[in-house]
Amino acid sequence: MSILDTLSMYFQYPFIRYAFIVGILISLCSSLLGVVLVLKRFSYIGDGLSHVAFGAMAIAAVLHLTSGRLLLVLPITVIAAILLLRKGRNSKVSGDAKIAMISVSSLAFGYLLMNVFGTSSNTSADVCSTLFGATSILTLTSSEVWICVILSTLGILLYILYYNRIFALTFDEDFAKATGENTERYDLIVAIVIAVIIVLAMNLVGSLLISALVIFPAITSMQLFKSFKQVSIASALFAIATATIGMLIALVQGTPVGSTIVVMDVVVFVLMYCLSFVLRIHV
Amino acid sequence: MSVLKAENLSVQFGNNRIIEKLSFAIDKGDYLCVIGENGSGKTTLMKTILGLLKPSEGTIEFGDGVKPNQIGYLPQSMNLQEDFPATVEEVVQSGCLNRLKNKFFYDKEMKQACKEMMEKLDLLPLANASYRTLSGGQRQRVLLARALLASSEILLLDEPVTGLDPERASEMYQLIHRLNQDGMTIVMISHDVKEIYQYATHILDFGNKVTFQKTKDYLKEKGIV
Ligand SMILES: Nc1ncnc2c1ncn2[C@@H]1O[C@H](COP(=O)(O)OP(=O)(O)O)[C@@H](O)[C@H]1O
Ligand SMILES: [Mg+2]
Repeated sequence: MSILDTLSMYFQYPFIRYAFIVGILISLCSSLLGVVLVLKRFSYIGDGLSHVAFGAMAIAAVLHLTSGRLLLVLPITVIAAILLLRKGRNSKVSGDAKIAMISVSSLAFGYLLMNVFGTSSNTSADVCSTLFGATSILTLTSSEVWICVILSTLGILLYILYYNRIFALTFDEDFAKATGENTERYDLIVAIVIAVIIVLAMNLVGSLLISALVIFPAITSMQLFKSFKQVSIASALFAIATATIGMLIALVQGTPVGSTIVVMDVVVFVLMYCLSFVLRIHV
Repeated sequence: MSVLKAENLSVQFGNNRIIEKLSFAIDKGDYLCVIGENGSGKTTLMKTILGLLKPSEGTIEFGDGVKPNQIGYLPQSMNLQEDFPATVEEVVQSGCLNRLKNKFFYDKEMKQACKEMMEKLDLLPLANASYRTLSGGQRQRVLLARALLASSEILLLDEPVTGLDPERASEMYQLIHRLNQDGMTIVMISHDVKEIYQYATHILDFGNKVTFQKTKDYLKEKGIV
């Protein structure tokens, strides 16, 4: 019972409770978004954007923005998302090259900024915490908690309300467009939602590991289920489970939160992948 | 009044003009077949009719009660990824998309329409089957059901039998023929002259010279009958 005792003691601290609420909501939100991104072959966009968010974070750090940093990071990432998702018609650089370019240059730019202008005595620790999340989920201010809760609830609500349209657009964009859906508007919404989630998820797992939250639950569910609905629901459940277990382990064992959650994602994926063979599911 | 009317229509990609000053009109209940070599612009025309491509010149007009977003469309070949999770019912249901208007979810009526359509096309036993495990013929029937839910007036079919074995292909043609006899206007791209000459009322030929004629005039001119 000692682990339970330890946990119940931990849970008396509000910041631990906040961390769990925010962590679960963010994972849930990322996993739903992941279903769309994975199926639209957009997984890499999440990865590219997380690096952009890192660059923006570096600017915020250099400018000594603390609680106001979301106001800077969010718009930059949203703009980058819109640019990346826009189907370049006469662009001279292909889509994936464009993403790679934006992604590495943001990383380099961000690291350079933090090194040259950083005032903190320990730049590598700062960089490391931005890249891997470290403990930032435990040090959220209450306004950040509220922003996280509101934005991720909004993301989940959007997914549920627009579920039928999301399915149709993901399955066959041309058909949806031909029946009068305004696909540009949805691309814009998707871009904004991705950007928001990436920025939120930075607090939880850091910018290098965000893609894991987006991709793993969806891919894991696709091993087991054959309908879009089942895959959406299962993704959400896998995300909640891995986030919860990951954070509990991190708390008890003192491991870094982000990487523990991601390792849980990987473990669950491998388990389900094997299970799909045992059950001979060929969905 | 025509159901579908193209006037002086030109479509181009960059400087590459694919369709040049094309005009034609069809009435309710007509069966138009679009023929021509690969790359001659048939799919381009269909996408322009659907509003997926913008004409560089000229206009497409709908009439006789057809609204631009009330068209059933069966795409040539979807580059659907192999592992897309979707059941037959989910795909067919997405044909009700244009009935949603300001609603968020499909209502009872739409779900009922979807059931009836699956019954009509013999898809009920497959309702919970995974779309990606279906055969080519079954997939086409699913996409046809989706298209039919989207429109009761006009149906655009881009090479609907490509990849089907002759028996399934002939079933598909008969199904389309029945729909046409029930009053549905059909615009179909196809290469099967035998069925085209038998069923189509009009032929749009993207040959060396683009021609639009009634089938019997077309056959006469070609010296086929
Ligand atoms: N998105 C596009 N961008 C540039 N050229 C295109 C595009 N789509 C089609 N084309 C060109 O337009 C021509 C007609 O294509 P298409 O309408 O698909 O022919 P069909 O359906 O008759 O086989 C082809 O030469 C093709 O290369
Ligand atoms: Mg074609």
